[in-house]
This record gives sequence, structure tokens and C-alpha cells, in this order.
Amino acid sequence: MWKYIPLVLFFGLLGFLARGLDLDPSELPSPLIEQAAPDFKLQSLYDASEYGPESFAGDVWLFNVWASWCRACITEHPVLEQLDDIEGLTMVGLNHKDVLDDGRTWLNRFGNPFDTVVFDQQGSTGINWGVYGVPETFIMDKKGTVRYKHIGPISEEDLNTILLPLIKQLQAEQA
Amino acid sequence: MIAELGQFALILALCAAVVLAVLPFVGSFIVQPQWMALARPAALLQLLMMTISYFALTSTFITNDFSVLYTANTSNSQLPLIYKISGVWGGHEGSILLWVWVLAIWTGAVAIFSKHMPAILLSRVLSILGMISIGFMLFVLITSNPFERIFPVPVDGASLNPLLQDIGMAAHPPLLYMGYVGFSVAFAFAIAALLGGELDSATLRWMRPWTNIAWMFLTLGIALGSYWAYYELGWGGWWFWDPVENASFMPWLLGTALIHSLAASEKRGIFKAWTVLLAVLAFSLSLLGTFIVRSGVLTSVHSFAADPARGRFILFFLAIVVGLSLLLFAIRAHKLKSHANFELISRESALLLNNILLLVACAAVLLGTLYPLFLDALDMGKISVGPQYFNTVFAPLMLPVIMVVGIGALLNWKKDKLKGRQTTLLALIVLSLIAGAVFAMQFNPYKITAAAAIGLAIWVVASSAYGVYYRLRNKRNRLSAAMHTPAAFWGMTIAHIGMGVFTLGVALTSMFADEQTVRMGVGETHEIAGYEFRFDRIEDVRGANYIATQATFVVTKEQSAVSTLVAEKRIYNVRRDTMTEAGIDGGLTRDLFIALGEHLGEGQWSVRLQYKPFIRWIWFGTVFMALGGLLAAVDRRYRVAATTQKRAEAATKAKAVSAAAGAAS
Amino acid sequence: MLDRYQRITKTAIIRACVVLCLVLLPMGEAQLAETVLKFENDEQSALYLRLTEEFRCLKCQNQNLADSNADLAQDLRNEIYQAVVSGQGRQEISDYLVARYGDFVLYRPPVKKITYLLWFGPFVLLLFAIIGGWRLITRKPVIDAPEPSDALEDARRRLED
Repeated sequence: MWKYIPLVLFFGLLGFLARGLDLDPSELPSPLIEQAAPDFKLQSLYDASEYGPESFAGDVWLFNVWASWCRACITEHPVLEQLDDIEGLTMVGLNHKDVLDDGRTWLNRFGNPFDTVVFDQQGSTGINWGVYGVPETFIMDKKGTVRYKHIGPISEEDLNTILLPLIKQLQAEQA
Repeated sequence: MIAELGQFALILALCAAVVLAVLPFVGSFIVQPQWMALARPAALLQLLMMTISYFALTSTFITNDFSVLYTANTSNSQLPLIYKISGVWGGHEGSILLWVWVLAIWTGAVAIFSKHMPAILLSRVLSILGMISIGFMLFVLITSNPFERIFPVPVDGASLNPLLQDIGMAAHPPLLYMGYVGFSVAFAFAIAALLGGELDSATLRWMRPWTNIAWMFLTLGIALGSYWAYYELGWGGWWFWDPVENASFMPWLLGTALIHSLAASEKRGIFKAWTVLLAVLAFSLSLLGTFIVRSGVLTSVHSFAADPARGRFILFFLAIVVGLSLLLFAIRAHKLKSHANFELISRESALLLNNILLLVACAAVLLGTLYPLFLDALDMGKISVGPQYFNTVFAPLMLPVIMVVGIGALLNWKKDKLKGRQTTLLALIVLSLIAGAVFAMQFNPYKITAAAAIGLAIWVVASSAYGVYYRLRNKRNRLSAAMHTPAAFWGMTIAHIGMGVFTLGVALTSMFADEQTVRMGVGETHEIAGYEFRFDRIEDVRGANYIATQATFVVTKEQSAVSTLVAEKRIYNVRRDTMTEAGIDGGLTRDLFIALGEHLGEGQWSVRLQYKPFIRWIWFGTVFMALGGLLAAVDRRYRVAATTQKRAEAATKAKAVSAAAGAAS
Repeated sequence: MLDRYQRITKTAIIRACVVLCLVLLPMGEAQLAETVLKFENDEQSALYLRLTEEFRCLKCQNQNLADSNADLAQDLRNEIYQAVVSGQGRQEISDYLVARYGDFVLYRPPVKKITYLLWFGPFVLLLFAIIGGWRLITRKPVIDAPEPSDALEDARRRLED
């Protein structure tokens, strides 16, 4: 009977390989999901006012990591504008590893979808949030817990199928 | 035109492969000698057509025919001729065409060199190779056609990845494919044996040299890839346990096991089913490697651009070829009776242990390589399995292999009481360990592990050498006896010694390598492992198709000059990639390695300095192993077998003739 | 002539570009690049080296932090350097990164339930294989079949074929 073992093992392996074809090995889930949003204390891109996760407590808020040097951020920009139209969603942008003036110019040029933009030249907030590519987007519920992370630019489809329903659901939850 | 010719030749080769796969195969079952006789001409026709096809693609590279999409993507008019030729296998489509060509070469070689093989066996073996050819030719034609044209024709090509513009890298894929694909011959023999329900020692004798040669190529291919990574990637590492490296290493491990189990099967008629299984698995892992490299299911430093369609095709092909083979094995393997028993202390036992350990080591590599995929597929999270895992698990599995390699070769078949050798072996062990302990004093700091590792390497060499002495002990004229000792024996001894050399290199490099990243400006010096590196000058130079910043270092040791090293940072004209060319001073006992890092401003550079003791021994060891494989393959015995066969055939014919004559009269 | 002139201009432009790149690129990199790292003692230096080899660069194909030139790898190296110099141990630093990037960042997978098969599988297999091998050796064959493979036997069989 041992002679059937290789065959059985092989078909098991085959199943995994077939499944592997539909998976993207470079897409990483975030361990931050269901955790409290990591702390930060950053100045606004425009003035000396300081913000941290506690500034947005009680709201459902979106945290978008972007930079003026990031091309995919331009692709994503119209989707952010659409998100901005959602009632009661606080839009927070993190200008990641950028030059102050470049960041401002970029927002002037394309339009500013954010309610608050914080600025981090060093990029340590990015590391703290486990950011490994720009853009990345996090969504926090009213308790300040990370509920969703999106890696790469958000597409129209992602917006409609994932983000909008999720935001609606989170807004319905109790604080 | 030439591209169309290439494509046409490829289609003709496919036709030849279809004929080869069907007629002789069917003919061997319904006993149709004419159909079986088609096997050899079809194999040779397939080889001819594939050769034309392959050269057609090469000629589009040489003539800068950028109307061919693949050529435009991979070549460039500025590329030196040698890299135009090697560039043919620089991308997916061309390298898979090379794969098929190599398969045609092996098939053709079997057709040419196996004239005296029984007709049924030969036709089945060639047919099975033809079936594999069909799969890969369809793969080329359907998913990866290198002859496709583009319009409008670009002015120039996108050029070859500069990493691949290197002699070592030019030779690496052909050697590797010769090895990978070469296992298809052993595979075909194994399947033929399962179909026939018999694996006699004559067939096994046919299998052995083919397997040895394939293994030799694979050994050289892997070693060259490792050497290339060492001097070209600029990090000074020689093995990264990257999925693509593992993909070539797994067939090597099983191929090594196969070589040993073939010996036991042929000489003693044992482990037959096992040998067949190994032959099937070794080639299956080659196919699996192709899938891993080309489907993008795993993240690797050097995968080809992932394309799910290609992945799906290879997976489908894999399922058919390996699935059917293993099914055939499951239902037919019981026919391959192994007789003869052996005792605990015998060469059979040693070979069995060797096989167990190599198989488990291979399973560990497979598990580690695919584990991230397993977890991901089960939605259990993403993990990485890196060198730290492989080194931890692999080393304890290989250690016993290295320990018994010398003794195993010394043991007699069937049973061995070790009469008269115990004392000598014990003495050799003690002496090896002492020698290791003394030798380790060369290095700072003194490490017991280093002493043990060196002792082990010396033991491998010493016990192998003792094996030679033991074989010749009773001969009156030792020199002439040595001359008459079969090449296979010398091959085995040399390969085993190579194992020792390799072990020494790995142990010393990993234990005593020194590495520092320093900030240096021209005129400054830094000392590492007793060598003083002085940053002599920096200048811009122009190469054939790149511009380089070239840093020159003068190395001295205790005030006497050692060498002058040149490290470069190159920017290639067409693709604008930056490449680090390390400056290396190679030596028997150590390499000095300099890689030029970023410019830190104000004439300061970040420089990575490395001292790598005995690193070359790693590759010397593999060269010994490959040489051993070659020697074992050219043993007279295999040719004698052919002549005996020929004589037997002649005798049968003569008998038939005389019988016919008798009947006539 | 014209052709040749064009070629010369083309090379000149390429050359100018390259020189420009050579001049400009380092300026951008300069502030990010590592200087020679100073450690308080050899243990710290060894720890740093070990950690940068044990963590995976997330953005790259399959490279550790030590070998990668990616921006993120440089930032993470810097982060690790700061942590090492401030006296944090291997476990602390490892926990910090795992909490942010997940187990994926570790080249040495942690030993936990889902990796038991990975870590112990090979040795369990070895155990089974050795037991199997042992039984094969100690098993007494039912019939002691005649031994094959001497030349005579072979030749005879081949004749029969």
C-alpha cells in the first residue's frame, strides 16, 4: 500500500499549487487589524497644530499614507475625492517621507481630499504603522481600532465593493 | 523570414515528437518492429528541427532583428556578440526553447548511443521522451512563442538585464538545463521498466551513465550559479536558499540518492522499486522547479515575469506526467521484485542510510520552500522561510551523510565484519580529529566547532583515500593495479573527496568570514582580518555598453603588497540599471571582497569589505564531485556491456541464419 | 557623415545624462545613506548584523535587510540600529517588527502551532524512514531468491531476450 503514498501526496501538493496560482505572494495582511491604531504625534502639513489618533476618537476615520513622489497616489486621488464626499467620515492624510513644500504643492495641484493632513519627514510613523509601500490606507472605527488596511492604490471597484459597505457598517456601530 | 523558419522548424519538431511518442510506443506493445524502428529516426529528426529552430532564434539576436518581439525585449544592438548569443536564454520564451532543445539533444543522444539496447526498451524510452517533448513544445507554441513579431518595429531592443551580461551567467542556464532535463532519461527508463514490469541489471546498467552525466551537469550548473551570485550580486553570499535555487537543489539531492540506489540495484538487485521511484521523483522535481520559477507562486529574487496562463499550463502538464507516472508506480511497482538480503553492516545498509537522509533532506527543502504557499492557501497567514530555517534543519540531516560517506564506500556488499579495518578506521578518526584541532588554530578565535568541522572534512578525505589503499592492498604491483581499477571507483572516490573539500569550504567560510561596511574617502585605509585596504583612487570609465565609477583599492598585509582590487558601480546605457561589480582577490585560502556602496558626499563612499576564508573550496569541491560523476559515467563496464550485447545479438542472428539454412536444406 | 554626427550627439547626450545622474543621485541618497555604524561593543555589532540578516525586506523580491538597497530597508536598518544601540535585545526588536509587519518579516519562522509541521516534519519523517529502513534490513526474506547479476546470469538473460 505504501506505493500509493507518493501519488496521494502529489495530488495534495497539486491542490496547493493550483490554489497558489490565484494568490499573490507579495500581498501582506496587516497584524494591526483589530488592534488599536498605533500612536503618533505629528504636526499638520500647514501649521503647528499637533495631531494623534486620539484627535479622531469617536469618529470613523480613514488614514491614507501618500507622498508627492508616489505615482500611484495620483491614480488613487479621484477615489479619495469620492471618499471625501461621504458624510461623517474623517479623512486623515499622512504625508510620508516628503518635502514640506512638495506635499503642499501636490495637494494644491490635485485638490485636497483630507480633513487633516499630518506630515512625517522621517517616515518613522510609517514604520510604526507597518507601511511598506505607498499608498496604503487604513480605516479605524469609532473606538480607534484598525478595521481594514488597503495596500496600493484604491480602485473604483475596491471603493464600491469593500470600502463603502465597510464604512457604512462602521458608522452604524456604537462608539 | 528567419523567425518564421524557426517557428516552422519548431512545428516540424513537434510533428516528429508526435510520431516518436505514438508509433514506437504502440508498436512496442503490439510488436510491430517497423513502428518501433521509427523511434531512432524520429528522435534524430526532432533534434535536427529543434536545432534549426533554436539557431533561427539565435540569428535574430545576432542580426538585431527587432521585429521579433522576444528579441526586441531581450537584446539590443549595443550588446557584445557573446551576450547576444547567451541573451537568447535571457528571458522566459528563449530559455524555455533552450529547455526543449536540450531535451531534444538528450533524446537524440539516447538514440545515437543506445543502438544495442533491446528494441522494445529503446522504443519505449524514446517514446516517453517524445511525450515530454510534446508537452513542452506545446507550451512554447501556445503560451511562450519566442518567434512572435511586433509592429511597428522598434528602432532598438530593450536590452538584456545587466545582471545576465556575464560569462558565468551565460553558461549557467545551459548547464543547469542539461542537468534538469537529463534526468528525463532516467525517468524514461524508469517508466519503461514499470510498463515492462521488469528492471534487470542490464537496463540498470544503461541507466547509470545517463544519470551520472545529467547529475554532473546539474552539479556544475548549480555551482556556477552559486559562484555567479557570489561575484555578481555584490553581497558576497554564495547560497541564499531562494526558491529558485531550491528548485535546482531538490532534483540534485534526489539525483544524488538515485545514483547511489542505482548502484545497489544494479550490483545486488535490491531497492528496485525504490530506484524507479527516485528516478520518477527526480525528474518530477525538475518539472516542479520549472513551475516554481515560471508561475510566480513564490517570491524569488530571480523569477521570470509571472504569467498565470503559463503557470496553469505547466501545472496541467505536471499533473498529467507526474500523476500518471506515480499511478503507474503504485499499480506496477510490485512487479519489480528485489531479491537478496543484507546485514546491518554492509554496503547496502550504508547506501540505504544515504538514501534515507538525502530523501529527508530533499523533503525538508521542499517543505521549507512551499510552506509559505501552504499557509497562504489555507488562509493561515503569511510567513517567510529563509536561510535561518534551512541551515538549522538541513545541517543536522547532512552531517551524518558526510560522516559515513568514506566508510560506506569501504564496506563489502551483503555483509561485512570490518575484519582488520576497525583499528585503522578508529585511528583515522582520531588522527582526523587531531588534525582538525591543530588546523583550527590557524583561525582566530579558536572554535571547537571549527575543529570538529575541519576534522570531519579531513576524515572524509582520509577514509576515501584509505578506501583506495584497501582496494589495492593485496595487489603485487600497486601501480598497475591502480591503472586497472575501474574508472567508476575513481569517480566515486573523487566525488567523495569533493564532498570533504566542499564541507571544509562551507564550514570555514561560515565560521570565520569577516565583514564590515565602512565609510572611506580616497587615501584612507581600513583593516580587516589583518589585511589593510587603502582607497587609492576613484574615476569614471566607459565600458562597451555602460559607464562605471571605478574605485581602486590597494591591499597590503604586514607592509607587503597583496593585490590591487577594482570595485565598480556601473550604469548601463539602455536600461539605466545600476550594477555593483565587486572587486575580488581570489586565493586558495581566502578571498578578499570589496563592493562599492553609495556615495556619501564629500568624496566619502560607503564600502563593504569582506574576508572570506576558504570560500573557493566550496566550488573546488563541486568541481571534484562533477569530475567524479563524469569518470563514473565513462567506466569501461558500460561500454563492455554494449559490446557483450552486440555479440549476443550476433550470436542470435547467426543461430537464426543457421537454423534457416538447416530448414532450407 | 550625418549618421556619425547623430551617433556622437546621442552618445554625448547619454553621457551627459549619466554624469548628471551620477552627480544628482548621490545627493538625494546622501542623507539616507548609512555612515559607518558605531557600536558600543562587539555584541551589539554582531546583534545588528544578525538581525539585519534575519529580517526580510518587505518590498523586495526575496532579500534580507542587510542586502537590500530599497528605501524601506534602509529605514528599517536605521530603526534596528537605533534599537540595538539603545540596548534592546533580539526578542524586543523582533517583537516590535512582528507587531507591525507580521511574521512575514522573519526569515526564521517562529515555532508555533502552524509551523510545527515545518520545524518538526523533517525529523518525524526521518524517524519513520529510519524505522522503515531498519525493518527492511532485519526482515528475513521468505524465499532466499538466487542472486542475480553475475555475468553468466546476465549474459544468459540477454540471450533469452
